[in-house]
Amino acid sequence: MAQDLVKRETNGNVAVAERTRNAVTYTPRFDIVETERELVLYGDLPGVSKDNLDVRFENGQLTIQGKVEPRHADHEFLYGEYGIGDFYRSFAISEDIDADKISAELHNGVLTLHLPKTEAVCPRKIAVKAG
Amino acid sequence: MVMNTLWRPFGSSVLEPFGFSTSTWLAESLAEMNRLSAEMDRMFRRFGLSDRWETPVVAYPALDLWQDDNCVYVEAELPGMDISELEIYVTGGNQLTIRGERKPPAVEKGTWHRQERGYGQFSRVITLPCAVKTEEVEAQLKDGVLTITLPKCDAAKPRRLAIKAE
Repeated sequence: MAQDLVKRETNGNVAVAERTRNAVTYTPRFDIVETERELVLYGDLPGVSKDNLDVRFENGQLTIQGKVEPRHADHEFLYGEYGIGDFYRSFAISEDIDADKISAELHNGVLTLHLPKTEAVCPRKIAVKAG
Repeated sequence: MVMNTLWRPFGSSVLEPFGFSTSTWLAESLAEMNRLSAEMDRMFRRFGLSDRWETPVVAYPALDLWQDDNCVYVEAELPGMDISELEIYVTGGNQLTIRGERKPPAVEKGTWHRQERGYGQFSRVITLPCAVKTEEVEAQLKDGVLTITLPKCDAAKPRRLAIKAE
């Protein structure tokens, strides 16, 4: 618990702790940027491998769940500045998203999600003819 | 009676024994007590009164450090970094430096809805609990988790003393 609090107080780039029924679950930090054609999400999920990551998009709700295997259960720490636990976060996405074209990529502990907008909401450039 | 079993100021799993039957107010007051004890723990640590090592909590990257008889291990969460972008070295036998720069993602023009992750240069120096073999230090970066293995100098390893029986 003390470690989790340290993590919460750490103003840097560690996730925020939240207690659930079995173990500690962390809320990963995310950047979200919207361009004309898509939403792009970047999330820090250190320690999550591709097989332990679950990303779902359902009824406008995007859910990201990452399992982290306990790495050092029986170590006596000299420094213990962050805790290890699963990651969970969900976002309500208001834009019309083309769910079939969502792509996800996990590289070095960073998840990149591309959520393309449906054609209907993409801005269209209208060619203007000279009269 | 309940409170006696609850109050473990420096314990690490105060909430666990109750599972999800814990009522909200109890959970909240426990969280508050823990926050206070962590705060005190940190203060004592600053004045060298705690049994733990001095741990500046605002430094980046946050570190976990542990040891066994042969090695010291340092672990840090560094998502989005490549091992080639990190500078890791040991000076003076026991000063470990981790240095690098986390670059923001290359994004075309757009609107930022959230910006929670941090970027920029960082450098952290820590004193290891003993001297290590500088040439044999190994670093591994996997899924954004950096693990550094630092073999201890022979002089720092625990030695079993032969005791002669009369």
